[in-house]
Amino acid sequence: MKIGIKDIEYIATLSRIELSDTEKEMYVHQIDDILSYIEKLNKLNTEKVKPVTHTVNINNVFREDRLETSTPLEVVLLNAPSKMGAFFKVPKVIE
Amino acid sequence: MEYEVVIGLETHAELATVTKLFCGCSTKFGAEPNTQVCPVCLGMPGVLPVMNKKAFEYALKAAVALSCEINNFTNFDRKSYYYPDLPKNYQISQNYHNLGINGYMDIIVNGSVKKIHIHNVHLEEEAGKLIHSEDSGANYSLVDFNRAGVPLLEIVSSPDMRNVNEVDSYMQTLRKILLYTEISDCKMQEGSLRFEASISLRKKGSDKLGNRVEIKNLNSMKSVIKAIEYEAARQSELLDGGKAIDRETRLWDEVNGKSARMRSKEEAQDYRYFPEPDLLPVLIDEKWLSTIKSSIPELPLEKKQRYIESFKLSDYDAGVLTEEKVLINLFEECVKIMDRPKAFCNWITNDLLREVKDKKLDINDLKIKPKQLASLVEIIEKGTISSTIAKEVFSEMIQTGKEPQKIIEEKGMAQISDEGLIESVVDKVIANNPNVIEDYKKGKKNALAFLVGQVMKETKGKANPKIVNELLSKKIVDIN
Repeated sequence: MKIGIKDIEYIATLSRIELSDTEKEMYVHQIDDILSYIEKLNKLNTEKVKPVTHTVNINNVFREDRLETSTPLEVVLLNAPSKMGAFFKVPKVIE
Repeated sequence: MEYEVVIGLETHAELATVTKLFCGCSTKFGAEPNTQVCPVCLGMPGVLPVMNKKAFEYALKAAVALSCEINNFTNFDRKSYYYPDLPKNYQISQNYHNLGINGYMDIIVNGSVKKIHIHNVHLEEEAGKLIHSEDSGANYSLVDFNRAGVPLLEIVSSPDMRNVNEVDSYMQTLRKILLYTEISDCKMQEGSLRFEASISLRKKGSDKLGNRVEIKNLNSMKSVIKAIEYEAARQSELLDGGKAIDRETRLWDEVNGKSARMRSKEEAQDYRYFPEPDLLPVLIDEKWLSTIKSSIPELPLEKKQRYIESFKLSDYDAGVLTEEKVLINLFEECVKIMDRPKAFCNWITNDLLREVKDKKLDINDLKIKPKQLASLVEIIEKGTISSTIAKEVFSEMIQTGKEPQKIIEEKGMAQISDEGLIESVVDKVIANNPNVIEDYKKGKKNALAFLVGQVMKETKGKANPKIVNELLSKKIVDIN
C-alpha cells in the first residue's frame, strides 16, 4: 500500500469534500492502484534525462495587450448555480 | 528582555496593462460587477490562457530594476487551493522558476544606506473579489470576478528589516520604483498596491530566527506600520511571560487597532504546486533582456541624490519632489527652461502641495504647465509682482491653467514701482500714525515693519516693498 485512509482524508479536506467511510475505503484502493501503476516509471534509468514540463518544443507564446469584448453579464451568470443581482452567490466565507 | 524585531514584506502590485494576464478582458477599476469577464478568466472548461506580453515584460522590468538574477528559463505553476474568489480552484503563479531571484533594493534610513535583499519577484494572476453582507446573520457571500486574472506582481523581501523606519523606507522606495518604471499605478486605495508583513522576535545578539507571524489585511502604509508595532509588542509580551509564539496568520483590524488569528500554520494550506501545462515556458535571451534593461529610467535613490548634488536641494526637499511622477516631470521641465532649481522646488514642494491639500485637488489633474511656472518665476524676479501676490497668481494658475501674465493683467495685480505714487501713500501713513513714529524714535524697531504693512495694505499689496522700505526709512529719519 502506497497510501492510507489518512492521506485520503487529507486530500478530501484540501479539496473541501466530504467522504463516507465506504468512499474512503474505495478511493484508497483506486488511488493506490493508480500510484502503483505510475510507479513502474521509477524502474527506468533517467539519470541523463533532463526534466521536461511540456512535450512540445515551443516557447514564448504571447498575445498583445489588446482589449477584447467581454462576455455579456446575462451570459456570464447563466452557469451560476446561485446568483444575486450581478454577483455570483456562494455560501458564506469568513476570513 | 531585549528583543530584535525581524521583519520581511511581501508586496503585491497590479500591473498597469490594459487587459488581463491571460485574456483580453479589461483591467479597469470600478466597473459594474462581472462585466469584465470571459470564459478564460471565469475558468470555464476547455479554455486556454495566453500570456499578455506587456504584463510579462513589466514583471521582467521590475525584476531587473530590483537587481535580480534573471533566469533565462522561466515557467508557470499551478497553485491549488479552494476558495470562491478563485474560479479555477487554482491560481497560475510561479514557484519553481521565478522570474527573478536574489535581488536587492537600497533604502535610506536616517541618512545611511541599507541593502534589503529581494528573495524573489514573480508574476501571477489576481483573484476575484468577495463581498460579505453587512448583515452578520446572512449565510452567503457575493463574488465579483472582474479582478480575477488581472496581472499581479509579487515581490518577496528577505527578513532584513529591523524596525518600522526601515519598513517605511522600503515601502516608499519600492512604490517609487514601481511608479518610475510605470509598471503599476500603485493606488493603495484601489488595492493595486498591497503589503503583507511577517514578523518574528529573537533575543538581541541571537542569530536564530523565531517563529514568524504573517499579518494580512493591511490597507495602507500606515496600517502596515501600526500592525508591526502592535505585533512586536504582542510577541514581546508573550515571550516575557514565558510563552511560545505560534506560527500563524493574523488579520489586522484597522478600526480597533489590533490583529486576530486567521489560521495557524498547522492548518497551513498545501498548495501542491505543479508546472502549468496550459502555458509554455518563456526563454529570455540577452537581446530581450538588454532591451528591458535600457527601458529602465533613473530610479528613486539615484534621482534624489542627483537633485541634492546638481541642484543643491536639501535632502528633505529632494525627497518630497521625487515622491510623485507629476512633480518630477514639472520640476525637470521647469529646470530645462530656466536654471532656478531652488525657486521651482519651493513653488512645488510648498505652494503646490499646500494648494493640493487645502483644496483637495487631484495631483494628477493639475492644469499648470512647466512653461507657466517658469514665467511666474521670471515675473517675480523682474519685480512685476510681489511674492505675496505671486502666491495668489499661482493658486489660480494650478486650477485654471491660465498664463500668469494674463491673471496679473485681468486682476490688476502688477506691482506699483512708481515712486511718486508710493510716496504719497507713505506720507499718508506717516501722518496717520504719529504714535508709531514716536515708538520708533524711542527705539522700537518693529514699528517700521508695522508702517510698511500699512503701506502695503493701502496699496492692496501691490507696492514694491523695496521702494516702500527705502522711502519710509528715509522719511522717518528726516522727521528726526
